[in-house]
Amino acid sequence: MTTTAAAKSGWSPVTERRLRVIAPIAVGLIGLGLWQFLVSVVGVSDYLLPSPASIAAQFAEFGPAIFQAAVLTGTNALIGLVVGTILAVLLAAFAARWHAIDGMSAPIVAALAVVPIVALAPVLNSMFGADSQFGRQAIAALASFVPVFLNTFRGLRQTRPVHRDLMRSYAATGAQSFRTVTLPTALPYLLTGVRIASSLAVISALVAEYFGGPRGGLGSAIATSAATSAYARAWAYVVAAIVVGLIFYLATALIERLVLRRIPVGGTQ
Amino acid sequence: MTLRQTQDAAGTTPERDSVVVRGVAKTFTTKTGDVSALEAIDLTVAAGEFVALIGPSGCGKSTLLRLIADLDAPTSGTIEVFGKPADKARRDQDYGIAFQQAGLLPWRTVAANIALPLELHGLATAERKARVAELAELVGLTDFFDRHPDQLSGGMQQRVAIARALAARPRLLLMDEPFGALDEMTRERMQTELARIAAETGAAVVFVTHSVPEAVFLSDRVVVMSPRPGRITTVLETGFGSDAARDEALRESPAFFDRVTAVREALHGVPVSATGREGR
Repeated sequence: MTTTAAAKSGWSPVTERRLRVIAPIAVGLIGLGLWQFLVSVVGVSDYLLPSPASIAAQFAEFGPAIFQAAVLTGTNALIGLVVGTILAVLLAAFAARWHAIDGMSAPIVAALAVVPIVALAPVLNSMFGADSQFGRQAIAALASFVPVFLNTFRGLRQTRPVHRDLMRSYAATGAQSFRTVTLPTALPYLLTGVRIASSLAVISALVAEYFGGPRGGLGSAIATSAATSAYARAWAYVVAAIVVGLIFYLATALIERLVLRRIPVGGTQ
Repeated sequence: MTLRQTQDAAGTTPERDSVVVRGVAKTFTTKTGDVSALEAIDLTVAAGEFVALIGPSGCGKSTLLRLIADLDAPTSGTIEVFGKPADKARRDQDYGIAFQQAGLLPWRTVAANIALPLELHGLATAERKARVAELAELVGLTDFFDRHPDQLSGGMQQRVAIARALAARPRLLLMDEPFGALDEMTRERMQTELARIAAETGAAVVFVTHSVPEAVFLSDRVVVMSPRPGRITTVLETGFGSDAARDEALRESPAFFDRVTAVREALHGVPVSATGREGR
């Protein structure tokens, strides 16, 4: 597609590739410039829209605090992501193996998928005390669980008939078939689930901080800054939240890519 | 052959038939009603014999192979493999199997794919390595040991599948159109190699195909089947004997053409006119 587009527009593939990197950066810079222009020249109030320069200044000033907050929220999100992924893979394995468990878990998973974090966060926070990060981690785990479960479950059903016949001809045990064929076949699906879950884990861990519990995370910092009218600082924390989310997404995408390169899945009989 | 017989001497005599199928029928239940895939099948495959099953699509030749492999169960009748019920033979790893799709595990190297059955049955690492090297040599893939299946051609993938089927030294090889997806030239080369391998290992082979020359070239006996319901219509001896060299000379010999014509006539149920000779 891109090559035909390049051919049409008359750009060489190299230019095309460069443009793909340069174009979004240019758009971002133009956007920032326009934003700064609106605030400093047109005179949009700093309360309504802090300028990029003032946000950057706040970012520099509160650097260590922002970093600490990001680490705290990031840790909660990571613990949630890992625990949620492990639980989801285990349950998906059982559900794929035994239809009874599939039948039992389907409504629960459907219910989990629509649980509002906003409603659950205060409940968990009061359940586990004001000084515990557990509630936030539990919410991140819950949010991670659903996409990992659904994708893994689907992947576990992708075993090719020829492989199933082969394992039967080897009189392989259920555990052997799972380890040698079913799980490797499901792995790309599982990793896609984790990649989707990674962003959700960060957002959930962050949003959960809005509803009480110990101070210190990005979410509570955004809430506090906004409450004290320090809008530029709130924005600086938002920028940090975006960075944390991107790190999670890119890290999982990288793992996915590395594993898939080691495990070629396509292009074979 | 003698080596194999001494190895497997426990409880079986070398002359024991590899496969005995008696009065087997298979009916599949579908939404639109029962479909009879096989009816009244009787077939005996002697030790070390190469038998081809041939017939049009839907004649149940693959189904019959799956029943022998105990991948499906017959609706009625009995199947014995080396004198045991088919499911016992499967659990004892008495046969090796290859399908039209090579069915390699794409995340494993060639060596690891060949080693798969040995690994599953707990063969010690050293023994396993030696056996895999031996098999790679047998199918001529020593140089591709560390490649992944997606780096191999279709013919090479199928060789890996054959090596894998031979890994546990089975005395019976079940093959379901293993060369069906290959081009004609690769196919003929693979046939020559399979004939050599079958002769070297002394294993009996049940070979499903819909190519008449392939069936005639490879086998001692050709079993012709007809569809709806699948049944055996004719069994033809090729008469080449297991000692005859399976090479280019055989493909061009008058005896070979005679047999091809005979099988084709059996397939069509009537003598074939001279003009129809080119079709398959």
